[in-house]
Amino acid sequence: MSGHWSLLPASTPRSAFGKIALNETRLAWRQPIGLVFGVGMPLLLLVIFGSLPAFHKHQNALGGLTYFNVYIPVLLALVIAMLALLSLPTPLASYREQGILRRLSTTPAPPAWVLAAQLVINLCLAAMAMLILVALGIAGFGEDAAKSPGGLVLAIAASVAALFSIGLWIAAIARTAAAAGGLGSVMLFPMLFFAGLWVPRADMPKVLLDISNYTPLGAAVQAAQAALQSGFPPTAPLLILLAYAGLFATLAVRFFRWE
Amino acid sequence: MSASADTNAGKPAIEVWHLRKTYGQTVAVDDLSLSVTAGEIFGILGPNGAGKTTTVECMIGLRTPDSGSVQVTGLDPVRDREEVRLVAGVQLQASVLQARLRVGEILDLYRSFYSKPADVEELVAALGLAEKRKDYYKSLSGGQKQRLSIALALIGRPKIAVLDEMTTGLDPQARRDTWELIEGVRDRGVTIVLVTHYMDEAERLCDRVALIDRGRVVAINTPGGLADQFGGGKRVRFVPSTSFDDGLLTSLPEVRSVEHQGQHVVVTGSGELINAVILALDRAGVIARDARTESATLEDAFVMLTGRHLHNDGAVQRK
Repeated sequence: MSGHWSLLPASTPRSAFGKIALNETRLAWRQPIGLVFGVGMPLLLLVIFGSLPAFHKHQNALGGLTYFNVYIPVLLALVIAMLALLSLPTPLASYREQGILRRLSTTPAPPAWVLAAQLVINLCLAAMAMLILVALGIAGFGEDAAKSPGGLVLAIAASVAALFSIGLWIAAIARTAAAAGGLGSVMLFPMLFFAGLWVPRADMPKVLLDISNYTPLGAAVQAAQAALQSGFPPTAPLLILLAYAGLFATLAVRFFRWE
Repeated sequence: MSASADTNAGKPAIEVWHLRKTYGQTVAVDDLSLSVTAGEIFGILGPNGAGKTTTVECMIGLRTPDSGSVQVTGLDPVRDREEVRLVAGVQLQASVLQARLRVGEILDLYRSFYSKPADVEELVAALGLAEKRKDYYKSLSGGQKQRLSIALALIGRPKIAVLDEMTTGLDPQARRDTWELIEGVRDRGVTIVLVTHYMDEAERLCDRVALIDRGRVVAINTPGGLADQFGGGKRVRFVPSTSFDDGLLTSLPEVRSVEHQGQHVVVTGSGELINAVILALDRAGVIARDARTESATLEDAFVMLTGRHLHNDGAVQRK
């Protein structure tokens, strides 16, 4: 297919984007991968962890923090990863596989608007889930507010850019919805491991921690934890996240096909 | 549907010159030229793999030709793709929509793409989808999905509707209803390009037909014209009351050949064949008993031109 067409065709009513976004939202509700795994599951884990008294004991091994303190940034990373690696690429790959994007490309509406709608929906879900997570941590389980709120926003923005770029890259190269789901899961579990979902980063041997620092979610947790507990995040994890964002966004744009 | 289309009647709506498109080593379309007149139903008929779909995909800008050119109402489908998308409504072969959207939601979505869309109520009524608007796409039957797909092709009030295998999967009644709908759309001034491998559909619906085989146009004419031209014309079969000299009939301008099959005589020719034959026999005092006429069909023409049969897979019943 020839790729020369405007992303904003002059004669296509702009309200068409609203309709596309509305229908994609309906689908996100009727097939709630993102809602269940990206919003529901991290919040459920927050409530479970917050209800365990052991999680609120200060640990010398964690530099005086509690396990609950340490898990807040991990759960933020979990939200981003689930939405970016599963909820975002799977519908896009399935639309390409089924010819829905191709069908759309015969109308005045650019198929890129579907991709944009998916991005908007998953970004909204991410923002919603993280706001609830932080608010519930503070109000429900006695967490302190972030030491550096601006730093936290920056850390989250960089993490979202990195992970959503990886998600778009999956959507670009996966030929089928099943392949997208498979690739997303295969990438998700090692990433979550290095984020510290099973073994907190503070408990990791030095080798694993060094590797973790260079993984997208490891860097995300490092930056977010610093912003929550100590102050403005260090430069290294932010740069690593931006490097991932740049690399995978470039690859996604390079390899994306509408059919 | 647009009234202005009427004023264009007679002018070419689509012109294709020396179109060529290959996929790797496979030549899908090879030096294909044709012209679709505004306001007609133009059929593209041929066996599977003949290059029909590739040809229409080049018309609507889904594929870029290797060489040759295509113009749709004077526009280049690749260069002027935005304008072509407004002019041409498309129904793609075997296209699928989101399983968990409702029919009404899909219609509302596609309607929003155009600044002057068709009346959805009218469209769903004409396509028998009025009762289905609250149903999920995945719960529709094959025929209902196909009709929704046709509705989406017409929802932007196109000047040209390109319909690829429109009635595949429809039951006989739904096919006839769809044919009537398409005739109604044509009567409102819309040019229709119909890709099909059903002979009866082409015969019934098309003003003109291009027979395509192996990526080339084999012949273009009205369905009747193709049958007369290449299908062996008309045949009269009868049992003569007494024997007669074949010269009696072969001397007639309408007659091409006379053949004896047992007690039957089979005369092939064209024009007012049966009248000419019976009149000539009557003058010689011969009565033609059990006289029956057989008309050549598009299928005869196709077999004659390509040496092959079309694959009529599916619920096609000849009348």
